[in-house]
Amino acid sequence: MIPELGQLALILALLMATLQCVLPLLGAWRGNATLMAVARPAAAGQAVFVALAFGVLAYAFLSFDFSVAYVADNANLALPWYYRFVAVWGAHEGSLLLWILLLNVWTVAFAAFSRHLPEPFAARALGVLGFISVGFLLFILLTSNPFTRLLPMPADGADLNPLLQDPGMISHPPMLYMGYVGFSIAFAIAIASLLGGEMDNAWVRWARPWTNVAWGFLTLGIVVGSWWAYAELGWGGWWFWDPVENASFMPWLVGAALIHAQAVTEKRGTLRAWTLLLAIFAFALSLLGTFLVRSGVLTSVHAFASDPRRGIFILGFLTAVVGGSLLIYSLRAPKVAAGKAFATLSRETLILVANLMFAACAAMVLLGTLYPLIGDALGLGRISVGPPYFGFLFMLLMAPALFLLPFGPFARWGRADAGELGRVLRIVALAAAVLGGTLGFLAWRGSHEFRALLGAVATVWVLSGVVLYARKRWHEAPAGRRYPAELAGMLLAHTGVGVFLAGALLTTALSVERDVRLAPGESVRVGAYDFRFDGVQEIKGPNWLAQQGTVSVFDHGAPVTVLHPQKRTYTRGQVQTEAAIRPGAVRDLYVALGEPLGSGGAWALRVYDKPFVRWIWSGGLLMMLGGFLAAADRRFRAQRAPQPAPAVTSAPAESAA
Amino acid sequence: MKRALRIGLLLAALLVSASAFAIDPLPFKDAQQRERFQHLTSQLRCLVCQNESLNDSNADLAKDLRHEVFQLMQQGKSDDEIKQYLVARYSDFVLYDPPLRASTVLLWFGPALVLLGGAAVVVLTVRRRGKSGTAEAPAAEEEW
Amino acid sequence: MSRALPLAIFLALVGLFGFGIWWNAHHDPREVPSPLIGKPAPAFDLPVLGDPAQRVSKASMLGKPYLLNVFASWCFACRDEHPVLMAEAQRLGVALVGYNYKDEPADAQRWLAQFGNPYGLVIADRDGRTAIDFGVYGAPETFLIDAQGVIRYKRIGALTPQVIAEQIEPRVRALAGGAP
Repeated sequence: MIPELGQLALILALLMATLQCVLPLLGAWRGNATLMAVARPAAAGQAVFVALAFGVLAYAFLSFDFSVAYVADNANLALPWYYRFVAVWGAHEGSLLLWILLLNVWTVAFAAFSRHLPEPFAARALGVLGFISVGFLLFILLTSNPFTRLLPMPADGADLNPLLQDPGMISHPPMLYMGYVGFSIAFAIAIASLLGGEMDNAWVRWARPWTNVAWGFLTLGIVVGSWWAYAELGWGGWWFWDPVENASFMPWLVGAALIHAQAVTEKRGTLRAWTLLLAIFAFALSLLGTFLVRSGVLTSVHAFASDPRRGIFILGFLTAVVGGSLLIYSLRAPKVAAGKAFATLSRETLILVANLMFAACAAMVLLGTLYPLIGDALGLGRISVGPPYFGFLFMLLMAPALFLLPFGPFARWGRADAGELGRVLRIVALAAAVLGGTLGFLAWRGSHEFRALLGAVATVWVLSGVVLYARKRWHEAPAGRRYPAELAGMLLAHTGVGVFLAGALLTTALSVERDVRLAPGESVRVGAYDFRFDGVQEIKGPNWLAQQGTVSVFDHGAPVTVLHPQKRTYTRGQVQTEAAIRPGAVRDLYVALGEPLGSGGAWALRVYDKPFVRWIWSGGLLMMLGGFLAAADRRFRAQRAPQPAPAVTSAPAESAA
Repeated sequence: MKRALRIGLLLAALLVSASAFAIDPLPFKDAQQRERFQHLTSQLRCLVCQNESLNDSNADLAKDLRHEVFQLMQQGKSDDEIKQYLVARYSDFVLYDPPLRASTVLLWFGPALVLLGGAAVVVLTVRRRGKSGTAEAPAAEEEW
Repeated sequence: MSRALPLAIFLALVGLFGFGIWWNAHHDPREVPSPLIGKPAPAFDLPVLGDPAQRVSKASMLGKPYLLNVFASWCFACRDEHPVLMAEAQRLGVALVGYNYKDEPADAQRWLAQFGNPYGLVIADRDGRTAIDFGVYGAPETFLIDAQGVIRYKRIGALTPQVIAEQIEPRVRALAGGAP
């Protein structure tokens, strides 16, 4: 009976979502306060039912209810409880439920923290969120029901894909979805302002913290995913430009542009139409990612089981949401330029150029990802677009933004002081040339890779700009107001960019990869380290047997660490490689076990020396922290203080468009 | 082909792929040749895989093709010749770095078009906004 | 106008995605058309299955068109295809040559003994080197090669009665009629 309860809960949630969508929008249009007041209770009710459905599915997994087809497909008796719980989002249906759950988390948060907004505005935004909910609930109920029964009930289930039986699985999907779904708030706020004709800058101020937090989560999700791929796939790579990775990267790029554009619009009132458009794009690209991943339109290593019905449904929904919002945009977007004027040399211009590069980069990723499909459509033949294309153009397109990054904070709004920028240019260039050049030369000497040199120079370029500006604030701003949260967040995120650059370029340039055949007792030298293979023994885990190798690592004869790479065979016969990694601030040592080669106990092993690879994710984490910190700025909360929650009583004044 | 059976159940928004990967010790002449080989095979696509390079893939065919590339390298063939060798047999689909042809003009120059269009808009905007009033810096230095 | 531009671009994308759904429902995304169609088949020199002393080369096959069917005992799809070949081999009007791909000869012979041998001749490519020249990337695959040794057609995946009737027989008739 219990699984049917879950289904019932989803149906009731759909009902609530419909109410949350229709009545408040109607109320805002007619100026009816009663209808508008439905929004928050409906959102809360929907969240309760969705949480209930999610709980029911989790309970089915924990209690081995194999009469539920989804449970039988993704868990078995040998699977430990924590992976059974994680298996809730281990495949299409459940991950969709997670998506809806997180959408409700965001909606409830917005409902709770929007009481200071004009009621029609909040009602419209909640109505838009309700519309998104309706679409996803319909999608899950019509095409992807996780509660479908399986009769007769099997005695045991299949298995969760061993790749997913990893700590990364616990945090990666929820964080990534928090990011995707989080953009729905900025989107809803943008649409609400378009619908209501509220074109002043207030809506941007309300949207900013939500955008920053969503972007922070998306960054975290991508970082965890990248780290997981590195550790678990055994390829030692951290980014593959696979269509599914690109699907998460495009909203990230547009989100980064949006964060900057919102700052301009909020503070100076300019670029309003562009900011609105970016808010729509960020969420549209999140939805597009869902479509690409679940429709089977693109070939990816990560693809879900594809079903044309699902593809058609999401495409229809995508058309309704994005097409509808772009239509509203085309009709209602502000036509007259407003806000304060700015000179050619100003922070506005710099941000505009950076925005252009972000947008062009997102367009490039979209084009490359879809080009195989375009090739099919135009009869150009089968075309592969891969890392060489994306990597090359990404570097090319991001270079101008990186070049401008040190100047951004120094350039004042409206009109920048050319003399000051010139001074910054001289200092930064000197630092990059001397310090970056020296470090880069040291790195380059070992590898003769220009990217090592480039990495050091670019990192020093970016970081010296950040340091210089932090110093200026220290000297010039009054104590206590030197680093407001928003500014500190910016500095932190920009530091993250520099750290990431060092990691990405130096890892690429300096990594050493060796595939070797080693008999017990033999060693191989990789980088400055000797890896000695000490044989393989069998060990047993909760639901797997593994061949576990022992590899002792020495630095000029001194023992460094002992690594234990595994090759696991799970209960259902799937084989999974578990690499062993000695993480380090300056380098990772990485060993993976391949196949036994001949008799005599020799094995194929892959050994990596990965300098600075942690810097990649450290940089990402700094960017995330920057996003969160900036969102905490008091300015964004200031408005609530003077008017303590008048709740529903605010006048239903229809704002004249 | 055997791997084809395994497609499908993987969770997508996750960084997931086929489980075992390619560890293939080959007798390279020196470190330089090994790096060249790794670089080249990571630009070539495994035909039977979902989306993996020859360097990463554990598929049988990928292994054969890796060995073929290795042999060609020992015969002194250049990277371009090796690519041509594979393209002649398997078409441009094996190249992750699509060559510039009529069919890929849009791919390679599309971003430049977007950039040019965008740059034109930026220039127009900046000019217009410069004329729309006197550009002033904010009064308080704290408002950054 | 410029305010409607994003909408227009988005609608073009929707069209592309709609096409993608339709295309994927009607095509095997794993199929990569061969660049060898209309080109001379690669030179080969392979032993006959079960009789390594006897060798077959491209030159020795010239003069008559033939259908070269790539199969292996480890290949599941080949097992599905096999009954079709057994039933249609005689009616093809062209010699059916088996190309045993990356297989143990003993396994292949046992396989043919068990399911029947539709081939007039079976050649064995144990290490798959020659198959690379043919651009083979998985069994089953089938090549139609004409009397001059030119590849006329390639089927990727299993042959079905429908494919034979619609794709192969017309081409075989054209070859027999002298028209290329």
